[in-house]
Amino acid sequence: MSKRTVHFKIYRYDPDKDEKPYMQDISVELEASDKKLLDAIVRLKTKDDTLSFRRSCREGVCGSDAMNINGKNGLACLTDVDSLPQPITLRPLPGLPVIRDLIVDMTQFFKQYHSIKPYLVNNDPPPERERLQSPDDREELNGLYECILCACCSTSCPSFWWNPDKFVGPAGLLAAYRFLADTRDQDTNARLDNLEDPYRLFRCHSIMNCVDVCPKGLNPTRAIGKIKDMMVRRAV
Amino acid sequence: MVKRQPVGAHYGLKDWIAQRATAVFMAIYTIIFAVCTLTLSEFSYEAWSGLFSSGPFRFLSFLFFLSLFYHAWIGVRDIWMDYVKPDGLRLSLHLVTLFLLVGYAGWAAQILWRL
Repeated sequence: MSKRTVHFKIYRYDPDKDEKPYMQDISVELEASDKKLLDAIVRLKTKDDTLSFRRSCREGVCGSDAMNINGKNGLACLTDVDSLPQPITLRPLPGLPVIRDLIVDMTQFFKQYHSIKPYLVNNDPPPERERLQSPDDREELNGLYECILCACCSTSCPSFWWNPDKFVGPAGLLAAYRFLADTRDQDTNARLDNLEDPYRLFRCHSIMNCVDVCPKGLNPTRAIGKIKDMMVRRAV
Repeated sequence: MVKRQPVGAHYGLKDWIAQRATAVFMAIYTIIFAVCTLTLSEFSYEAWSGLFSSGPFRFLSFLFFLSLFYHAWIGVRDIWMDYVKPDGLRLSLHLVTLFLLVGYAGWAAQILWRL
């Protein structure tokens, strides 16, 4: 790919300077090596160094550069810049308070994640080596443990927009099922009790926005369904 | 004033199951109703009213209305929970919805047993 110019429309807001947010039209010439959207934004920053965004690993592992790209949440580092219709509209993740430009305050998101106790609870004395699982039991964790907590899913979920303080959200519920499904965990009942609530779990109406946007191809809706299955099996 | 947000009401599963069960029942009733109506000997008020004079059909119809109102209760309550933030207003709307639906259930019984 040769040099080409890319046009952007970017949400800008610096609470110290701006009275309210505005959309900035800006173009940048990309080098042949600039392939991903993140490359283009980093290139853009050399032109306008006031633009703020998060990024770290640049390969879809850290989840820092999640943003709303042309109306759909995704990771800038995994998105081919040439595949996007122009002008490329970039906004911060919807539903979370904006700190500056494309950076959002993720406190509420992580608060919900922490509320499901995202760690193994096992009161048996630790064995000399690791706690073993059968291959079949381990298989159940596939599609759950890969979540990188980028928040693309939760911030595309209307139920999370309306009740971020009460609804755990797809990312948190996927993590909740990751520990419910783990045969080494001994806290199943308490975990189900913690989730049995009209807000915490049952705000999910299975519209599957989360599945649509997950950059890792995970399926929080299926995990939420399996949590409900476990609750039904426990109750009947 | 309590500013912390309490969550963990420990209910919701029964409503979730009930919403699905009532939906299945309403779907089955709709098929039964369609078959019974379409196989009437003639399309007249007398034939239609005769259909409802049978005990089992009246019972099924009443169950259908109960399912409809219970299904609606959970659905409408979900809307209030999603969008109405002030707790007092939400509780009031829950109560208004509940009273209306209970009233509708009584009304449905009155209509069915008058046919």
